[in-house]
Amino acid sequence: MLKAKVILVALGAALAVPQALAGASPEEDRKESVEYFKQMFPDVPFEEFVNGQYALNEDRRKQWESMQDFPPYEFAVAEGQELFETPFANGKTYASCFENGGIGIRQNYPYFDTEKNEVITLELAINRCREANGEEPLKWKKGAIASISAYMASTSQGKPINIKVPDDPEALAAYQDGKKFYYSRRGQLNFSCASCHVQNPGKWIRADFLSPALGQPANFPVHRAKWGELGTLHRRFAGCNNNVRAEPLPAQSEEYRNLEYFLTYMSNGLPVVGPATRP
Amino acid sequence: MASSIRVRAVENNGVTSLKALVRHPMDSGFVKDSAGNVIPAHFIKVLTISHNGKNVFVANWGPAVSKDPFLECRFKGAKKGDELTISWIDNEGASDSTTATIA
Amino acid sequence: MIDQRRRGFLKGVLGAGVAGFALGSGIVPLRVEAATAPDASDWPQKAFRTPGVDETISELYGMEATESDQITMDLPTIAQNGAVVPVTVETALPNVTSIALLVAKNPNALAAYFDIPDGTLPFVSNRLKMAETTDVVAVVISDGKAYKATQNVKVTVGGCGG
Repeated sequence: MLKAKVILVALGAALAVPQALAGASPEEDRKESVEYFKQMFPDVPFEEFVNGQYALNEDRRKQWESMQDFPPYEFAVAEGQELFETPFANGKTYASCFENGGIGIRQNYPYFDTEKNEVITLELAINRCREANGEEPLKWKKGAIASISAYMASTSQGKPINIKVPDDPEALAAYQDGKKFYYSRRGQLNFSCASCHVQNPGKWIRADFLSPALGQPANFPVHRAKWGELGTLHRRFAGCNNNVRAEPLPAQSEEYRNLEYFLTYMSNGLPVVGPATRP
Repeated sequence: MASSIRVRAVENNGVTSLKALVRHPMDSGFVKDSAGNVIPAHFIKVLTISHNGKNVFVANWGPAVSKDPFLECRFKGAKKGDELTISWIDNEGASDSTTATIA
Repeated sequence: MIDQRRRGFLKGVLGAGVAGFALGSGIVPLRVEAATAPDASDWPQKAFRTPGVDETISELYGMEATESDQITMDLPTIAQNGAVVPVTVETALPNVTSIALLVAKNPNALAAYFDIPDGTLPFVSNRLKMAETTDVVAVVISDGKAYKATQNVKVTVGGCGG
């Protein structure tokens, strides 16, 4: 039976998540967060959190499993590999821009560049590589960039996410900025990311099933049945912001990159499973 | 240009199980684009799987089949190492074909 | 209609592009190599453009289908997205030559039908589009007769897709 529970987000009520916005280290935050979700979902093994709603809903899991043999993003990954291996006009390839030739490195993104003082996401690195080699940058949310990102993620299957926040005030500031964004209410519906994904995972919001924050970035880029194609994490950020009737930010804006930095750090230790399918 | 057809065929105890994913928009002709124009119907009509020149399975599809259609079927009479031919034709007359070896 | 079904069956058994010559009351097929591109000239346009389950079964097979508990359907109870709903059908009925999948509430009920030649198992798995909550009907031709089974799938549109 369809359980369409309307989420009652207590207006103005403090979040029931232990949070000291200043003072706690990223690692302390992460441990608290993992503990919180483990208590909320005691039957879900740690690695399973990367499967989001499929770890929590049996009917949806079955549908997903039946598609896993031949997931719809197979073509995009093959295309991504072709794009990745095709040299630029100057003869160089993407491999020259990344450690280990770009293979098996997805779990290290995003990272904080202490020289440029900014968060570098995988998609940003891909386009910077293009520009450094005289090529036009790709659009951020879908298409070629998603295919390339998906191919690179596929070479990291199972590797534990390993985001570092170095002992550097700028890096810590970027992390804190992302965390603040995550817990800030926005939009006409006045929801924060946490309203749905920390307070109410495992519940229905209209006809969607909410996944917990823990493990979310592990399955990107994502093939959404709704999109009929792959999309990047920032595409989803924009979509979620849109849905609470907040003005979405541009993909790869500083805010979204800091948000990705915080969010991915929270999923350290969980295996990369991207690309993946979702409704 | 890579084939539009991805196939995995495995034989066990005389039964070959075949799974295929085909790259095709399968536009139904019911959807409009952002400018309000109907995207014309564009879908695979017939897909055949043949072994030794004989069809072992024929899919007759309409536009209600999902984008990038998936198919799974099972048949007897083939063995590991045998070659299968998978072909399709769509409503615009375009077609593609590929062969696969049974594992 | 009868001709079309039989032609379809023969095509299914002997490969596309089969040539034949009339001998007395029937067509005696010649065995030829399957052509690379399948022949879709027999694709039943009318059957694929008919609303309603019973009307479609009648149009496609020229007969009515009776309920059978020997047809197994594997479908989600609530589709996570109506664009891609995995559907699997298999049956214990004997001598199956055709399986059809119908989505009752789609504008045209017939989604797909499959020719099952001798030696092929009466089993198929596909992914279908469903416009809304609907009955899905599987029709099986066994020993020349039509049988059917029905299962309901709830289809929702995500309220928070981005």
